[in-house]
Amino acid sequence: MSLEARVGVRLGALALDVALDAEAAQTVVLLGPNGAGKTTVLRVIAGLLALDAGRVVVDGQVLDDPVSGAWIPTERRPIGYVFQNDALFPHLSALENVAFGLRARGARRREANQQAQVWLERVGVAEYADARPGALSGGQAQRVALARALVLEPRVLLLDEPLSALDATARVDTRRQLRRHLDDHPGVRIVVTHDPVDAMTLGDRVIVLEAGRVVQAGPLAELRERPRSRYVADLVGVNLYRGSADGGRIRLREGGELVAAGHGGGDVFAVVHPRAVALHRLEPEGTPRNVLAGTVDHLDVEGDRVRVIVAGAVPVTAEVTPAAVTELELTAGAAVWASIKATEISVYPA
Amino acid sequence: MRDALWLSLVCSVGATALAFVLGLPLAWVLARTDLPGRHVVRALVLLPMVLPPVVGGVALLLAFGRRGLVGQYLDDWFGIRLPFTTWGAIVAEAFVAMPFFVIVVEAGLRSLDQRYEEAAATLGARRFTTFRRVVLPLIAPSVIAGAALTWARALGEFGATILFAGNLQGKTQTMPLAIFIELQTNLGGAIALSLVLLALSVVVLVSLRDRWFPA
Repeated sequence: MSLEARVGVRLGALALDVALDAEAAQTVVLLGPNGAGKTTVLRVIAGLLALDAGRVVVDGQVLDDPVSGAWIPTERRPIGYVFQNDALFPHLSALENVAFGLRARGARRREANQQAQVWLERVGVAEYADARPGALSGGQAQRVALARALVLEPRVLLLDEPLSALDATARVDTRRQLRRHLDDHPGVRIVVTHDPVDAMTLGDRVIVLEAGRVVQAGPLAELRERPRSRYVADLVGVNLYRGSADGGRIRLREGGELVAAGHGGGDVFAVVHPRAVALHRLEPEGTPRNVLAGTVDHLDVEGDRVRVIVAGAVPVTAEVTPAAVTELELTAGAAVWASIKATEISVYPA
Repeated sequence: MRDALWLSLVCSVGATALAFVLGLPLAWVLARTDLPGRHVVRALVLLPMVLPPVVGGVALLLAFGRRGLVGQYLDDWFGIRLPFTTWGAIVAEAFVAMPFFVIVVEAGLRSLDQRYEEAAATLGARRFTTFRRVVLPLIAPSVIAGAALTWARALGEFGATILFAGNLQGKTQTMPLAIFIELQTNLGGAIALSLVLLALSVVVLVSLRDRWFPA
């Protein structure tokens, strides 16, 4: 089972052009800010929206190709779709919702209900079989929606923000279970999300979309180590700079300079993990090659660590302990020095 | 009198059924497709609402009369003659009352989240299955309200009916027509018949009060 798609769609101000290939037993996450076109890609694969340019092919079967005129309508595509906010039929019970697809494909009521019951058990909501969606919690409804899509054993499973409607507690739980169900599903899995935690938990491979374009694609580890856009860097929480390298010196686009361990020349990205940034109240002396003057813009407390956002000629985010914040009297507006060892800066071609 | 009351019920229910059969697909087309010319279709469907019923009756005669545009073929090919028959009365009432059904059902469809239809399609349901098992149950309140309005309007229909179907007792003389005739000779009888219609209307209004006038 495989999916090959090149999605070219014009929707108002959004010009979407995305290439997406996926193999069986692999979860691809489409990650991006709101309005990047993630859902549109899913709708195109499902046939809820027609392509302007490109192609959608599943297992060699062309589902949509505006050039040749090939078009398979949604109801005949081998897909399963889990909608944002579940879209369960409000007038049918959970069981009837799950049995709906089987019935629509010609199964008898008894068989359809039996199979639906099995899937409700599998996703852990068997005791709510007779409940209407209105009586279910967000997490339960999401599981019913997942069962409704999985019961048809689709070759391509599409999930649109499957966790966004859930509160924090239900989210953690549902996310873990969702990962398990995705792993059990033998077909292609595509998940749309704007949440990096979802992406990391659910995805084997991540495609980052911004304004209708792929800005980066690859395994998660690569995104973390070598982000290629501000959005990705913010997602994984690192400092990202771009500039032109000349030996070890990198002249930054936004002004300023960084010194990294020896490196070639040309247009490069430089990444500094906030943990590798040290803060000082007085100008430090010593080995660090990069000493940046600035003022504390604000502090973000994240569990047992504090991220200090420093504004200056070269803006930088440092990650320190709460104790250090107290000791250095770091408050918004305080003048600080940030130091980074040259060896802590990883540089790669842009 | 019993004749007129019975005929009124038969014709108004028949007209409502006709409006349901024709109006439901029409409302769907208007709400859910971008068929070219659907604005013209909507205008035509709604025309009887603003058209004087008598003019509607003339139009029906020209279209479905024995020598009418469509009527001559109905007669030649199928032996169907609508004017001055009970069926004619039903058609006349449906013609005048159907816009109420279409307008209410179309509004119901428009306010229905399209995701339910999309979800049904992703589950393999064809359009008709989707309509029957998802759309219709979800817009049932609109369909019921539209049918009630249509029925009430059909019950009171006078102008188009008398022109197209005539005033034949037991065949096309519905309550409003009977009241009109009665009024010329027997005021008391006319009032009595009017009260019956008034009572029917009040019953409909009361039974739908929760929908239209929520507390």
